[in-house]
Amino acid sequence: MKILQIVEQAFRTLVEEQDDTILWLTQSMAGAGADAEVLLSGNAVYYATMKQRQPAVRISDWIQQEPADIPQDINRLLNQGIPIYVLNDELAERGLDESMLHDGIKAIDKQQLVSLYNRMDQIWQW
Amino acid sequence: METKKLTFAFMDPPFENERTITFFRILDAALDQGADIQVFAYEGAAALAFSLQKAHGNSVHHRDEVQEAHPLTKDWIAALQNKAKQLGVNLEWVNCGLCVDERGVNASIPGCKRGSPADLWRYASESFNTLVIGTR
Repeated sequence: MKILQIVEQAFRTLVEEQDDTILWLTQSMAGAGADAEVLLSGNAVYYATMKQRQPAVRISDWIQQEPADIPQDINRLLNQGIPIYVLNDELAERGLDESMLHDGIKAIDKQQLVSLYNRMDQIWQW
Repeated sequence: METKKLTFAFMDPPFENERTITFFRILDAALDQGADIQVFAYEGAAALAFSLQKAHGNSVHHRDEVQEAHPLTKDWIAALQNKAKQLGVNLEWVNCGLCVDERGVNASIPGCKRGSPADLWRYASESFNTLVIGTR
C-alpha cells in the first residue's frame, strides 16, 4: 500500500518537538516498512527552500539545545528513498521558484498532481 | 452489511477546539455503520484517554460536580468501547508512546494501549481507508 502524506500546516510543532511532526511520523513509519511519498503544500512549501536549522529558543535561562533542522529532515526522507514534491503554483504565489528548492525535491504541476494522486492507495492530508 | 475497518489518526487535545468533539462524533457514527475502528492518537490526542482527567463543578453555572457532569474525553472513549462491544465490532486505540511521555499522560483508561507510528502503518495497511485529522 502506498500513501501520500500531504504536509500543509507549516511550522507546527517545530519548537516543541524540534521537528515537523508529520515529517517525523513519515520517517518513523518508513522505518517500519511504510511506502510513503510526501507533498509539501501551502506554507509548507517553504520547507523545500530552507537552508538552515531554526534559531534556538530562549526562555529566561533555558536555552534550546537542538532546534528543528528541516533541511536535515528533508535529507533523511530523501535518503530513505521517500520522494518529496511541491507544486509549482504554490511556489510561484509565494515568490519562490524551482531554482530555490533543496536538492532532490521535485516541482510538479497540477496535471502531475492528478497522476500522483492516482498512484496512491491513500491520501493523508495533515 | 460488509464490515469495513477504518483507521483514524487524530492530533488534537481534549478540550481546546471543535475538531475533538467532531472526531468523536465521527467515531460514533462509524460504529453505527458497523465499522471496525482503529485509532492512532498522536501528539495532543495522546491525552484523550488519560485516566486522571477529573470532572469539576462550575460555580458560574451554579452547579456542583455531580450536577455539572462535566464531559471528559476518557469517558467518551469508554462509551465508544462499550458501544463497540454491544455492537460486536472492534474498537482499538493506540496512543503514540513518545507523545504520552512528553505530556506525562501515561495513565490511560483500560483498552487504550501504548504504541508507535508502526502501529499507525499497520492499522492503515489493514483498513479500507484512513482519515487523518491534524491540528490546525
